[in-house]
Amino acid sequence: MSYYKRDKRAWLVLSDGSVFEGYNFGCEGTTIGEIVFTTGMTGYQEVLTDPSYYGQIVLQTYPLIGNYGINADDMESERSWINGYITKEWCEEPSNFRNTHNINEFMIEQDKIGIWDVDTRAITRVIREHGTMNGAITTEDIATTKEALLEKIRAFKVVNPVQAVSRKNKGWYYSQVNRANHVALIDYGYKHNILRMLLRLGCNVTVMPANTTIDEIRNLNPDGIMLSNGPGDPAENVEIIENLKDFVKYGKPIFGICLGHQLLALAMGGETFKLKYGHRGMNQPVKDVTRDRVFITSQNHGYAVVPESIPAEVGKVTHFNLNDGTCEGVEYPDIHAFTVQFHPEASAGPNDTGYLFEQFTDLMERGQQGCL
Amino acid sequence: MPLRSDIKRVLVIGSGPIVIGQAAEFDYAGTQACKALKNAGLEVILINSNPATIMTDKAMADKIYIEPLTLEVVRRIILLEKPDSILSTLGGQTGLTLSMQLAKEGFLDAQGVKLLGANLETIEKAEDRQAFKDMMREIGEPCIPSEVVMTVEDAVKFASNIGYPVIVRPAFTLGGTGGGIAANQQELEEIATHGIRLSPIHQILVEKGIAGWKEIEFEVMRDAKGNVITVCSMENFDPVGIHTGDSIVVAPCQTLSDKEYQMLRTSALKIISALGVEGGCNCQFALNPENFNYAVIEVNPRVSRSSALASKATGYPIAKVASQIAVGYSLDEITNEVTGSTTACFEPALDYIVVKFPRWPFDKFVYAKRTLGTQMKATGEIMSIGSSFEHAMMKAVRSIELGLETLTIERLVEASDEDIMKMLAASDDERSFVVYEAIKRGVSMDTITQITRIDKWFLDKLRHLAVMEKDLKTLELTEERVRVAREIGFLDKTIEELSGQKIDEVVKTYASFKMVDTCAGEFAAQTPYFYSTRDKENEAALFIEEHPSGKERILVLGSGPIRIGQGIEFDYCSVHCAWALREKGYEAIFINNNPETVSTDFDTSDRLYFEPLTKEDVRSVVETEKPIGAIVQFGGQTAIKLTRYLEEMGVPVLGTSPANIDAAEDREVFDQLLESCQIPRPQGETVYTTDEAVDVANRLGFPVLLRPSYVLGGQNMIIAYEPEDVVEYMNIITAVELENPVLIDKYLMGKEVEVDAISDGENYLIPGIMEHIERAGVHSGDSISVYPPQTLDSRIRETIIDYTGRLVKALDIVGMVNIQYVIYEDEVYVIEVNPRSSRTVPYISKVTDIPMVNIATKMMLGDKLADLGYVPGLQPEGDYVAVKVPVFSFSKLQDVDTQLGPEMKSTGEVLGVAKTFADALYKGLVASGNKMERSGGVLLTVKDRDKEAIVEIGRQFHELGFTIYGTVGTALILNENNIPTKVVRRLAESKPNIGDLIESGKLNYVISTSSKGRMPQHDDVRMRRKSVESSIALLTSLDTAQALLDCLKSNRTMTEIELVDIKDIR
Repeated sequence: MSYYKRDKRAWLVLSDGSVFEGYNFGCEGTTIGEIVFTTGMTGYQEVLTDPSYYGQIVLQTYPLIGNYGINADDMESERSWINGYITKEWCEEPSNFRNTHNINEFMIEQDKIGIWDVDTRAITRVIREHGTMNGAITTEDIATTKEALLEKIRAFKVVNPVQAVSRKNKGWYYSQVNRANHVALIDYGYKHNILRMLLRLGCNVTVMPANTTIDEIRNLNPDGIMLSNGPGDPAENVEIIENLKDFVKYGKPIFGICLGHQLLALAMGGETFKLKYGHRGMNQPVKDVTRDRVFITSQNHGYAVVPESIPAEVGKVTHFNLNDGTCEGVEYPDIHAFTVQFHPEASAGPNDTGYLFEQFTDLMERGQQGCL
Repeated sequence: MPLRSDIKRVLVIGSGPIVIGQAAEFDYAGTQACKALKNAGLEVILINSNPATIMTDKAMADKIYIEPLTLEVVRRIILLEKPDSILSTLGGQTGLTLSMQLAKEGFLDAQGVKLLGANLETIEKAEDRQAFKDMMREIGEPCIPSEVVMTVEDAVKFASNIGYPVIVRPAFTLGGTGGGIAANQQELEEIATHGIRLSPIHQILVEKGIAGWKEIEFEVMRDAKGNVITVCSMENFDPVGIHTGDSIVVAPCQTLSDKEYQMLRTSALKIISALGVEGGCNCQFALNPENFNYAVIEVNPRVSRSSALASKATGYPIAKVASQIAVGYSLDEITNEVTGSTTACFEPALDYIVVKFPRWPFDKFVYAKRTLGTQMKATGEIMSIGSSFEHAMMKAVRSIELGLETLTIERLVEASDEDIMKMLAASDDERSFVVYEAIKRGVSMDTITQITRIDKWFLDKLRHLAVMEKDLKTLELTEERVRVAREIGFLDKTIEELSGQKIDEVVKTYASFKMVDTCAGEFAAQTPYFYSTRDKENEAALFIEEHPSGKERILVLGSGPIRIGQGIEFDYCSVHCAWALREKGYEAIFINNNPETVSTDFDTSDRLYFEPLTKEDVRSVVETEKPIGAIVQFGGQTAIKLTRYLEEMGVPVLGTSPANIDAAEDREVFDQLLESCQIPRPQGETVYTTDEAVDVANRLGFPVLLRPSYVLGGQNMIIAYEPEDVVEYMNIITAVELENPVLIDKYLMGKEVEVDAISDGENYLIPGIMEHIERAGVHSGDSISVYPPQTLDSRIRETIIDYTGRLVKALDIVGMVNIQYVIYEDEVYVIEVNPRSSRTVPYISKVTDIPMVNIATKMMLGDKLADLGYVPGLQPEGDYVAVKVPVFSFSKLQDVDTQLGPEMKSTGEVLGVAKTFADALYKGLVASGNKMERSGGVLLTVKDRDKEAIVEIGRQFHELGFTIYGTVGTALILNENNIPTKVVRRLAESKPNIGDLIESGKLNYVISTSSKGRMPQHDDVRMRRKSVESSIALLTSLDTAQALLDCLKSNRTMTEIELVDIKDIR
C-alpha cells in the first residue's frame, strides 16, 4: 500500500452520476474514457501497454497492483494507451529481480491519471449490472464541476482508435531461428507478443500499417497474413474491411486475433455486436470444438462476432466461450484462414493456446510447398 | 463424458485419525466426495477409523465401516462389499498408500476393482522419488539435484558431491516425517539413519539445499479428456526450507510477474498431464528470486491440505469436482455452483487476498523444539480474507487465538536487540512476530531479508503495520488515521488502546462484507460466503435483502483452528447444529476461520462469514445479520469465551444461560453449587501466587492437580507430587498472562467416568456412560474410553445418573453438558462440568444412534425431549461395545515428553466397534497403529510408585514369552519376583545402554512411567522420545499396558473379528 501517498484526493464519476472518492496516483488532472474492468491477477504492465485498451479507463478487480514493479521486457507496445487507471491499492516498494521502477513512476512517465483506494468491487458490480459505461477520473474537486463533467462524460466517444494506435510505416523484424516464413503482421494495435511468438517460431515479420492495401501486400509477397488485435468497434473500420475483402482472395494463409478476428468476419459477410461488459481477464474458458477440449484463455474485447451471421458456405465456428456461448473462433477453409477472439499470444495470461501459432506456420509451410 | 457406466459401487477410503500433517481437511474432502458420488447415483462404501468425522455420518454413505485402516481390513471389506472401484485420492496419504499397495499386490485386479482418480502408474510416478525424477526429465521440467539412497553411506557420498546443506526426505511418510536439513556430515548421518528407518520402503531422498528460493504452490485439475486448469496459486511467506504446512501462505501469488506466474502454471499443467491424474493435484515449486530458474519440489496426485485451503480461498470445491471427474464427468460438464450459470472448467479470479497462518501446539508443549523445518509441526491453521495483505494479516493474528490483536508480542518487546537478531536467524513459530519486532526497531529491510530470506514485499507490508502502530501511539487520532487503520485491519478496540484516545462516536461504524464468488465480480453469484472489509458497500446486507427467506436467523460460532484439546469434534458438532437449525426453519449463520473443515464449506450454513472469532469481528456480523440468538455450545472454548460479549451486544445466547455457563467455570460459584446439590468433589482451592500454591498443596496433601481456570484440553495442567513441582509449574504459568487464577485440587487416583447429557430444561437424556481405561490423572482426551461401561456396578451407575440430574437442574442446562466423574474408593466425585458439547459427542452419537447435537439444538429452540420421542434418563445400551483410542503425533514434535498426564497430548482418535469389549479394544488398538505383536522384547522402566504394580504386568509379558528388559530398579523388583529381566543401563550411563537396545530393533513395547518428566534433557524423557522416534509402541500408563496385555492374551486377531457396518448396530 502506498501508505504515505494519501495526500491527493481524486474522484471517479460515472455517466450515471455516481461518484466514488479515492486518492490520486500517477498524474493529476481530469480524464474521460469508457470504463472497463479486467480480472487478471497478474499482468498489469501488459494491460497498461496493450493498445486494445485505447480510450478506456481500466479497473483492476485484483486489489494489489504493482507488486512486482515495471520492467523493460513486459511492454506490449511502446507506450500506455489507456485513458485512466483504477485500483484498490498500488505498491510503492515493488519486489522483483526485473523491477526497474514502480507503477506510480510509470504512470507519471506515461502521463496517465489514476485513482486508488476506491471500492473497486462495487464499481465492478455496477458495470456488470449496467454494462460498460463512460466515466471520468479527476483530481479537481467535483463539488462545483460535476454537472459540466457529466455532460462531457456522456458525450465522450472513442474516435478512430485503430488509426490512432497503428504504426504509420512498415517495420521489418528478422527471426533468429529462420525457417523462412514471411508474415505480414497488420497492425491494428498489435501486442508485441504476437511479434515475439512469430519470431520465436522462425518467421520473419513485416509489420504493416492498419490501412495496408492488397497492392502493398502483393509487393511484399508474404507467406501469410496476421491480422492483429486492436481497439474499438470493428464495424467502424470500413476501409480496412474493404481491404480485407481483397486480402482473402490473395490465397495466402490468414490468422486473425481479437479485432483481426472480428474484422475478417465482417469482411466475410458476418456481423458483430457489442457485449454488455466484455471479456477482460485471463481465465476465460474456450471450447475448441474440433479438439473437444476446453482451454483457458486471455481475453480483452468488448465486441463479438454473431456466430449465425457467418455464412455456412464460407466459414464455421470452431471455438465458443464456455461461460456465455459467444463466438471465440472461426475457420474459413476455402481461403486458408482461421481467427480467434481470444489471445493465444497470452501476455498477460495462460500460454495454453500457443499451438495456434504453430497451426499458422504449418499452414504457411504447406502453402510454400504448394499443398494448401 | 458423462458418468462412467462401469461404475456403480465405490469404496472411499478416509484418512483415519487426525495427526500432524493429516487433519480435518480430509473430512472436508471426504464429505464432499461422498456427497458428490451419492448425487451421481452411486452406492458408496466408506472406511475410516476416525469417528469424529462428518463423513462417517449415516447419511453420507450406504455402508460405513469405522474400522482400522489396514491392508487386511480393506481387503476384507472389498471381499464383503464387492465394490467395482476405489477412490484413492480423497483419503490423504493414508488412502493413497493403501490403494497403491492393494493395486500393486494384484488384489484389486483379481477382484475386478478399478482405481479411480489416480491409477497405479500415476501414484508410483508421483510417489516414488526415482520414477518422479525420470518423468520430470522426460517432460523437461527441472528438479533439484537429488539422489534416492537406501543407506547412510550412499547419502554421505552423494552429499559430498553436491555439497552441503542437503535436505533429507524419506519416501512415503506423512507430512515429511523423519526429514530434515543437514548442514554437515554428522547431521546427515543422524537424519539419514532416522529417515531410512521411518520410510516404509527404507528409502530417502538426499537433495541439494536451495534455501532462500521462493516456495510457490499450484493447485491444478485435470479430467479424462485432458482438460486442465489451475484453481489457485499460493506463495509461502517463508522461503523454501520450512514445510508449507508450517509457513504463512498467501493466495494468490504476490511477488511473481505474469511471466514467472505463467512459467510455473504451464509447468504444473504439464506435470498433471504427464501424470495422467483425473482429479486434483498439488505442485510445489522453488523459484529463484534472482532469475527465471525454478525447480519442481514435490507433486501430490491427490487432494491435500493445500487443496482444502485453495478451495476455501477461491470458492472452488476441489474435492467435489475431483470426485465427479473420477467417475467420468469432464470439467465442462460440471456446474460451477458458485455462479450457477458457468461451469467448473475455468480458473477462479480473486479480488481479495488470503492469508493462511499455522497454529502450533507449542503453547501446550512448552518444552518442544520450536524450530521449523521440513517436518510439519502445526496441528491446525486459520485462514483470513482481506482487501490487502496487511488487512488479512491482522485478521490472521486475531484468528489464531494466541491473545494477539497486532503482531506485537510483549515478550519480544522486552527482548534485547541482540536477542532479536539471534531470534531472526532461528526459524521458529514466532518468526513473523520477531521480524515485526525487528522492523519496529528499525533493522533494515536488507538485513532482515539477508537473514530470513523472506521477500522484501512481505517485509514492507509488515512495516506499514508497524508504522501505523507507532503512529497510533504517538500521533493525534484523526478521522483519517482511524479510517486507514481500520482499512489495514486494526480493530477499533486496538486503535483506542494503542492511541489512548476514543474514536469519535460519529465515525463508529461496523465492517461491511464482500462475497467470495470465484470470478472477481464478473458474474452474479449465489455464494453465501463473505469476508469483512472497510469498504462502504455491504454485499452481505444486499444479499440478505435480495434473498428474503422470511426466516429468523441464528448465529453459530465455530471453534477456530484445530489444536490439541479442541479438535475436529467441535467442528462436527457445529456442522450438525447448523443442519438442525435449518431443519427447524431457521437460517444458520456461521462464523469460523478454519479452512480445513466442513463447517467452512459454504453450503453447510445459510451464510458463512470467514472471520476471526473476537468480540468486535463478531459484532460486525451481528450488525449485518441481526440474529435472534446465538449458539456457543458447539464451538469449544473459542465460542464459550464470547458468551458474555454476545449478551452485552444484546444477542440472546440460546440454551444454558451465560450466568450458568459462568457458574460452571467459576470455581467458587461452582463449589457452592456442588455443596447445595450435595455432590462431593476432590478438595481444592484457588490461588494466584507461588507461595499460596505451595501452602495449599501442603494442606491438601500431595499429589495435587494444578490448572488454570478456564481451560480446555487440560491446557497447562499437571499433577504435582512434591512442592518443587508446584514451584516449577507456577513459574511457567505466571510467565504467561495470569488473568484467571490457578486451581489446586487434591488428586484422586480413581476410575474416570464421563457423561454427555442433553437437557430441555426440565428433563434430561443420557445417551450413554463412558468409562476410561486409564485412571484419573490421564486427561480424558488421552484415555481409552469405553462405551458402555464394563466395570461399574448398578449403585455407581445410579449415583452417576442421579448426580448428573442434580447438576443439570442446578445449572439449568438447556442443550448439552459434559460431566466428568472420578470413582475413588467406591465414592463418586465430580471433577469437571462443561456446559457445552464435548469431544466424545460425535462417537457417542454414532454408536448410540442418538443425534445428540440435533436434539440439543432443538432443545435450545424450545423443543421438549418428549416431543422428539425420547424417554428421559439413561438410554438402554445396544449390543455393541465401542472403544475410543487416542492417537498422538509425538514423532513429529521433537523434545515433547510422551508420558501421559492431566494435560492433553493426543491429536486424534480412532474407534473400535465390536460385540465384545475385548474385540472392540483390539480393533481400537490396531486402528491407532499398534502392531499387536505377541512375541519379542519389552522394556519396563517405572517410577517407584508403580514398582508394585509392574510385577503383574511383567509376569504377563513373561508368560507370553517376551524377553523382558528393565532399568536397575524395575529389573530388581521383577527379578525378585521371579520374572527374568535383563538389566539395561540408562541413557546417561556408559554404552551399551538403553539407547542401543532401542536402536537394536529387539523391542516391541516400552512401558515407562516417571515421577519427573517434561524437561527434554531428562533421562526418561529422552528414552521415551527415542522409543517413539524408533516407532516402538510406547505406553506410559500401567492401565493401558494391562488393557494391551488382555488383548495380546486373547489370541484373537483382526482376521477373526467381525467387521461392522455402523449403520447396522442399532
